Amino acid sequence: MFEKRIFIDRTAEKLTFLMASLSCILLVIIAWGLLKRSFPIMEEKSLADLLLTSSWKPLKGNFGFLPFIMGSLYVTAVAMMIAVPFSILTSIYLSEYAGRRIKNAAEPVIDLLAGIPSVVYGVWGILTVVPFVKYLAGLFGVFTTGYSVLSAGIVLAIMIFPIIINLSTEIFQSIPLELRNASLSLGATKWQTVKFVLIPKAMPGIIAAIVLGLSRAFGETMAVLMVAGNVAQTPGSLFDPAYPLPALIANNYGEMLSIPLYDSALLFAAFILLGIVLVFNIISKIILLRITRNTQ
Amino acid sequence: MDLRKTEENIFKGLMIASTLAIALCTGLILVTIFVKGFSALSIDMITQTPKGGFYLGKEGGILNAIAGSLYLASGATFLSFCMSMPVVVYMNVYAKRNSGFVSLVRFFLDIMSGIPSIVYGAFGFSIMLLLGLRASLLLGIISVAILIFPLMCRAIDEIFKMIPDELGDVSYSLGATKFETGFKVLVRQAMPGISTAILLSFGRAIGDAATVLFTAGFTDSLPGSLLRPIATLPLAVFFQLGTPVAEVKERAYASALILTIIVLAISIIARFLCRKFTVHIIK
Repeated sequence: MFEKRIFIDRTAEKLTFLMASLSCILLVIIAWGLLKRSFPIMEEKSLADLLLTSSWKPLKGNFGFLPFIMGSLYVTAVAMMIAVPFSILTSIYLSEYAGRRIKNAAEPVIDLLAGIPSVVYGVWGILTVVPFVKYLAGLFGVFTTGYSVLSAGIVLAIMIFPIIINLSTEIFQSIPLELRNASLSLGATKWQTVKFVLIPKAMPGIIAAIVLGLSRAFGETMAVLMVAGNVAQTPGSLFDPAYPLPALIANNYGEMLSIPLYDSALLFAAFILLGIVLVFNIISKIILLRITRNTQ
Repeated sequence: MDLRKTEENIFKGLMIASTLAIALCTGLILVTIFVKGFSALSIDMITQTPKGGFYLGKEGGILNAIAGSLYLASGATFLSFCMSMPVVVYMNVYAKRNSGFVSLVRFFLDIMSGIPSIVYGAFGFSIMLLLGLRASLLLGIISVAILIFPLMCRAIDEIFKMIPDELGDVSYSLGATKFETGFKVLVRQAMPGISTAILLSFGRAIGDAATVLFTAGFTDSLPGSLLRPIATLPLAVFFQLGTPVAEVKERAYASALILTIIVLAISIIARFLCRKFTVHIIK
């Protein structure tokens, strides 16, 4: 009986170690799986040809990803411009100014925002944001369907609020109370304390939070697919439609097997997306690891 | 002196305004979805499968998608849990303290949890091509399980990290092996956290559309076999919204409402369970 228990323990140690190693390798497997599928297109075209030309005609064998990459960049940039000021101000308010009751009320609201499925964001975007943008464009004398860079940016901004707010509130709260007290006792106002003491101290963490939000916005698919308009050209203004990379992949899954190289091109797009998001995530994670190491 | 006060007030005002704006957005989303969804919601929607001409505005419901989503999310959550527990127990019980390998695993898991779901979908799809399979419930379950695995694993890991060392020490001093300590003692202490993590992962799994788009396919019939395609709620919303028929669009709103209600219910239950279980925990 005794030996059986030891045997189970030893076996479990090896198996759990194996599972833990596998979870590291999983990422490599995913990257490799996508890369392998994108070899056919990379053999046909040069990397510059794929990434820097704008002609997208799969039937003729033209696969220029530039409009999609630009679409992703524009949409993400707009989302960040909206999301960053709102989220940072909110997280300062929640960690420095708000009382317990407001904090307790804010927590479920932010969790809720984080939990809403992206397809529901898409439906809401079509119902509310798209008509709003159409109306807004009308004020500037621009005609648009409303399905545009700006609509996608607004919806994305709301989707990444919770990520930036949660992380940066945590960063602000990890700053020792003594720093605040020292500043306040020297006669600084609360805002001065925030501006000159807390924000510089929290800066790396805030940047990590923003980068994490950025990578989430960059890879978001369904909501963007539903409101961005999906026209394969580099958008010229906020009210132009865009066709971001994830939307391209999701929109063409049905026909990709019937056109030569199409599936390879789309999985190549997924590989690029993975690469970009990984770079963002690794940067953000390394900054955060540094912070925890310094505070310990 | 006055200038400082003014600056203080301006920024405080801005902060309150942005907090309110975010709360308002949340409210607006919920109100829009509820108001639009309710008018199209009917008993038929949740008790019937699509009949002929459903996508042209004829009779039927989305029971196929509701059932499909529940099957898929349960399967994926279960599979992901089975993958997560050994990893968590290894990291917190077997591995040496401050082991570099454990930090590496955590690093990889954290990075993986940021990968967009469309990439997991595309990966599932490339596996499909490799093995010559067709979209099916099983493939959907596997892809979504991989999608939620890093999140669930790290969530449970954080719970295990918070368990006081003494509990493990007591268990060892009574002669228990690490296996028994990890899977029989510590698990109980971590139960509330684990159930919250499971529910939240379930919520994530049921709301995900980009992964299942590639791997689970879509069908009008109820899920029958692991090897056949299934319908899922997010895709039902998406496809119904894509039709030009006004009535079908209305139904898309109702489907979105059903999805939102399921996700909301899960997060409320998760909060409730978390509070209820905490009572039994040894502090």
